[in-house]
Amino acid sequence: MSMQVTAQHFETNASRALRDPNLRKAMGIIGGAMASRRVESARELPEFEALRDEGVKIKNHVLAHIDLYLEKFEAQVKARGGHVHWCRTPREARETILALCRSRNARTVTKGKSMVTEEIGLNAFLEEQGIQPVETDLGEYIIQLAHEPPSHIIGPALHKTREQIADLFEQHHPDYELPNRPGEKAGPRSTEPQVLVTEARQVLRDRYLQADVGITGANFLIAETGATVIVTNEGNGDLTQSLPKMHIVVSSIEKVIPNMEDLSTILRILARSATGQEMSVYTTLSCGPKRSTDLDGPEEFHVVLLDNGRSEMLGTTLQPLLRCIRCGACMNNCPVYHSVGGHAYGWVYPGPIGAALDPHMIGLETARHLPNASTFCGKCEEVCPMRIPLPDIMRWWREQAHEKRIGPAWPRWGVEAWAFAARNPWLYRLGSRIAVAALHMMGKKKGGRFAKLPLASGWTDGRDLPAPQSRDTFMAQYKRQKEMRR
Amino acid sequence: MNSRERIFATLRGGLKEQAADPARAAAVEERIARHPRNLVPQRAQIPHAEQVALFTAKAEALTVTVDSVPAAEDVPGRISDYLARHNLPPRLKVAPDPLLQSLPWGSRPMLDVDYGPGRSEDLVSVTPAFAGIAETGTLMLYSSPTTPTTLHFVPDHHVVVMRESQITGTLEDAFQKLREKLGDVTYWPRTVNLVTGPSRTADIEGVPVLGAHGPRRLHIVLISDGDAAD
Repeated sequence: MSMQVTAQHFETNASRALRDPNLRKAMGIIGGAMASRRVESARELPEFEALRDEGVKIKNHVLAHIDLYLEKFEAQVKARGGHVHWCRTPREARETILALCRSRNARTVTKGKSMVTEEIGLNAFLEEQGIQPVETDLGEYIIQLAHEPPSHIIGPALHKTREQIADLFEQHHPDYELPNRPGEKAGPRSTEPQVLVTEARQVLRDRYLQADVGITGANFLIAETGATVIVTNEGNGDLTQSLPKMHIVVSSIEKVIPNMEDLSTILRILARSATGQEMSVYTTLSCGPKRSTDLDGPEEFHVVLLDNGRSEMLGTTLQPLLRCIRCGACMNNCPVYHSVGGHAYGWVYPGPIGAALDPHMIGLETARHLPNASTFCGKCEEVCPMRIPLPDIMRWWREQAHEKRIGPAWPRWGVEAWAFAARNPWLYRLGSRIAVAALHMMGKKKGGRFAKLPLASGWTDGRDLPAPQSRDTFMAQYKRQKEMRR
Repeated sequence: MNSRERIFATLRGGLKEQAADPARAAAVEERIARHPRNLVPQRAQIPHAEQVALFTAKAEALTVTVDSVPAAEDVPGRISDYLARHNLPPRLKVAPDPLLQSLPWGSRPMLDVDYGPGRSEDLVSVTPAFAGIAETGTLMLYSSPTTPTTLHFVPDHHVVVMRESQITGTLEDAFQKLREKLGDVTYWPRTVNLVTGPSRTADIEGVPVLGAHGPRRLHIVLISDGDAAD
């Protein structure tokens, strides 16, 4: 029931993505502007690297005390008049949210951007139950119209071109007309981002006011005050939570941090790593319903806290993944993500973080390709504000897949045969001597290059393999030269 | 076991022998009670006059307009000028805040001033701010009976009136000031808004566009410290 998984088809997804010209254009933006803005903003803050270390320290401290901080957080939410709902599985979270919506007879629900609601497949579920969810983050709104999942955790619609977005608005907005100039109705439509943003702003304005319930995510949960924190640029999350009668925060247990000083430190690295801003436009701390003398705000405040396997990661190789603050820097800087885009990964979290996290959440059998979708260039770990050892974790998953005999048998046999030879030097030398001599001989006939080789099409499909220039191995030549020098 | 108990049992299982360590509870209590600062960047740890200049420069770099006025009584006139400059009708929705209510709005008889929360028909709101944060040109505002949050998000133009003395250096300084003002966490407001520039989005092809859902423009009227500060 949760979001449709296509991770098992990574290879087909990826080759389709490589032939999509719109995607190529969009990926140029992510790899170009988004990656370079991070570098510029980090350069302007001399303490940036030291702040990353501070961030890691904060999160490690939290993970060593996570049960206690969660208890503190819960007590503070209750003291402010709010409620906390603990959910182990996506199903529990969906049912809890549905029951809350039903208690308000909700027909429309506005939503701020929340990856956890993607994780639990909330929109499709609410629709089935007769409740209309309306995404209000511009990117999420666009992909909701297109019936697509997000392709990036902070820019969900970055794979769409402006022309595609104009098409969607034309299809879905009854009063949509795109005048090029104010007062002008007909004429060729504009695809200027400014015009498109204004169109979405006007359509969504009414939706905020109609909604019975507003759902947001949370980037952080603060134990000191019971506040949930959202970090946005558009202001949609704030309209979502201050206009309806009920505010539901959907988040996950690893987001808890101790206090506002820790929030301050992490905010300094979050926006810089994500978009290269020093601060996102709106950082909002919310806790509890409107106070008795407040003039606005929701009458009810609920926090739905999802586990979904996170608690099982504590004390394992995967624990560092719980430090993730979902900034997206790893995908903005990943050559594989740039080539195939977010949808190819086939689940909520794409890019290196997805390659490391998804096998745990949807099963290694299904996500087995994802830890292989890496060149091991190490850039993701280099840019991760929380210094998560993403390549190490992907390597660990590869070992797990090997040990558990997941995936086709022949690559495993190949690796095992190679490992056996590597442990027996005489066999390794014999094997390489035969291979080099054979390739050298065959290469003479083929003009020194192989366009195709059996069992090596993964290499030769993209480029030729040059034939060895000598019929001897390196070791044999080395020995011979050493003897000649004597 | 219910879900809550099962989640906590798994967490404590993952912590292994650590889970039983009595020092952990003390460490958590201490970190919350004493809330020590982590490394704080040097940038805004400067004399107050320089913090004011830094705040202004940082805000202006985000397309915020900052209008410095010598005294509180000049505010209504300057806001009228702002409305005229942007071709806006002379109508304001103002936060029912003591400082703002005490301003001589009557000096501008053409100005239609109404107090209350933000409504979708409001074009321009005027609110106070709790603090300005020099480090990033950020405003700290919070919800209270005299400062409804909707005024910060619903109108197209958000005008903030504050005194120079409200400008602090760092985020930590502003949070500490808020703790001191509230006295106790029991009185923590429903929301605290940190606002850094006008609403924006880059969701269409990564092109930055202002005015996504919140205010298209953010304007700050900064009252000089020379005027009887608070």
